[in-house]
Amino acid sequence: MTQLTRKEEASAEIFTPQGTLPADPIFNNVVKVAGLAVIGVLIWITLVVAGDSLPAIRQFGFGFLTDSNWDPNSDQFGGLSFVFGTVATALIAMAFAIPIGLGIAIFLTEDFLPEAVLTPISFMVELLAAIPSVVYGLWGIFVMIPILRPLLQWLSGGSSSGYGLFTAGLLLSIMVLPTVASISREVLKSIPRSLRNASLALGATRWETIFRVMIPAGTSGIVGACVLGLGRALGETMAVTMVIGNAPEIPKSIFAPAYTIAAVLANEFGEASGELHLSSLFFAGFLLFVITLLVNILAEIFVRRVSLERQ
Amino acid sequence: MISTSSPNKPDLIEELDQPLNFERAFFDKGMTILSIIFTLIALVPLFSVLYYVLVNGFSSLNWTVLTSLPAPTGSIGGFGNAIQGSFIIVALATALSVPFGVLTGIYLSEYGRDNVVDDFIRFGVNVLSGVPSIIVGVFAYGVLVIPLKTPSAWAGAFALAILMLPIIVRTTEEALKLIPWELRLASLGLGANRFQTIAKVIVPAAFPGIITGILLGISRAAGETAPLIFTAASSTYWFTRPNLPTASLATLIFSYATSAYNDLKSQAWAASLLLLMLVLTINILARFVFRRRF
Repeated sequence: MTQLTRKEEASAEIFTPQGTLPADPIFNNVVKVAGLAVIGVLIWITLVVAGDSLPAIRQFGFGFLTDSNWDPNSDQFGGLSFVFGTVATALIAMAFAIPIGLGIAIFLTEDFLPEAVLTPISFMVELLAAIPSVVYGLWGIFVMIPILRPLLQWLSGGSSSGYGLFTAGLLLSIMVLPTVASISREVLKSIPRSLRNASLALGATRWETIFRVMIPAGTSGIVGACVLGLGRALGETMAVTMVIGNAPEIPKSIFAPAYTIAAVLANEFGEASGELHLSSLFFAGFLLFVITLLVNILAEIFVRRVSLERQ
Repeated sequence: MISTSSPNKPDLIEELDQPLNFERAFFDKGMTILSIIFTLIALVPLFSVLYYVLVNGFSSLNWTVLTSLPAPTGSIGGFGNAIQGSFIIVALATALSVPFGVLTGIYLSEYGRDNVVDDFIRFGVNVLSGVPSIIVGVFAYGVLVIPLKTPSAWAGAFALAILMLPIIVRTTEEALKLIPWELRLASLGLGANRFQTIAKVIVPAAFPGIITGILLGISRAAGETAPLIFTAASSTYWFTRPNLPTASLATLIFSYATSAYNDLKSQAWAASLLLLMLVLTINILARFVFRRRF
């Protein structure tokens, strides 16, 4: 990144009278402090969330991750079922969002239709991201679940109530779709046209070109888009809380009710019954924070590799 | 092209007109149809959400609901205080977030020149935008709710401000970077210093872009629920002071949606309609009026 920025702005830099004119030193420091405040906030979040989970960490340690017994009445807290639910819903969501999102991205970049038709479609896909999560949840409860219920009951042999892991994953997939689609679309758009033209000229069909030239050329960016979508899915709260069924146990089937870290925080944080309960919730939150942090750093690495390759 | 006609094949034109073999043609057409289907599938939820929110929302929307306080079940109530609360919390959040966001954007664009610190800040902005909103709520709870011993509009606004920050920083930086270098050079050439150049030339020129960023931030914050549930919590009274629990549209939808009473459920739809219209209007305004990405 460093190298590329240098290259990119080398010409501008020659003309930038950096340090040669009397810069306003106060303003200079003010903006620098504002910039560093962003980093400060990240560190502050880490310290506060980790700090408040210390009592639970002392009490349960790594056992928190292997125990799925969550019982506020007897002050027994294990987070395994929440971690499981979080990862499982996110993976189900990605299983739907990756093929569909990639399909949309390809459809929107490969000249199937004139630009005048594609622009409104891509705008509508981006609108999906603007709908508040809680509205998706409301829609999920009153529209999606009643429609899906017969299918889910048939698939699960009659045991499903409509609320559960699968429903939550499906609703999540709608919410992360715009992330996957719009970033993949930008990645595909940034691939030089000459690559595509060369492949077509060699006699490849449109989809042979897409699969053998475009997608391989955009792999790291597309992977970055998917990982970013995964990060969204892991941390998404409201819609999942409203349709997952909120059962603090490892679900026996994909259609059974489950629970996620974000959902348990939304439901129990405000009414935590004691200090250890609150601290265990902080601990669960800290786990979610660390997981999403790692996923986002991974995504950042992939996305940065794209811009490096493009130079 | 001319020299390639082989003895076996009499006519080059005919050869070029040969159809693709079935397998390749099938794959090509099939994938095209599949990608169209995928795109349509993605638009179904959008229209379904809009349709049900409009239909159910309008049927339960009326003047009383918009202007009165929640009432005990059985009597007629509304969520006027939640509308008021949402506006206040989002306004406080915007006031907290905009100065930091715009200044950071200015730093990254105008002062940031590929040293380790700037890259680190840019990285931090990206990471911050990926932090789940519920975690920001947990953080605000630890910082403001525990010491003050009560949920408050301040705590909710603090959480929302952090969520808005990365959006404002990024759009400000992008807007400033679009300003041609010649403008900076001209201003500096006239003897202005850097602060004068930024304040009187660069920022005014990039103003529409900065407003876009702020609007996108507001539209994100207005729809956020997770960080408000336990930081601003809820209230059945009109807003009086920002250090007391405050109702908001988003948290109201959450609690009413899961309630057992039908009148509360229909109020949840009415509140969703208001929230959705608010968020989409701001969002579309940001995209169209100031024509940035799209």
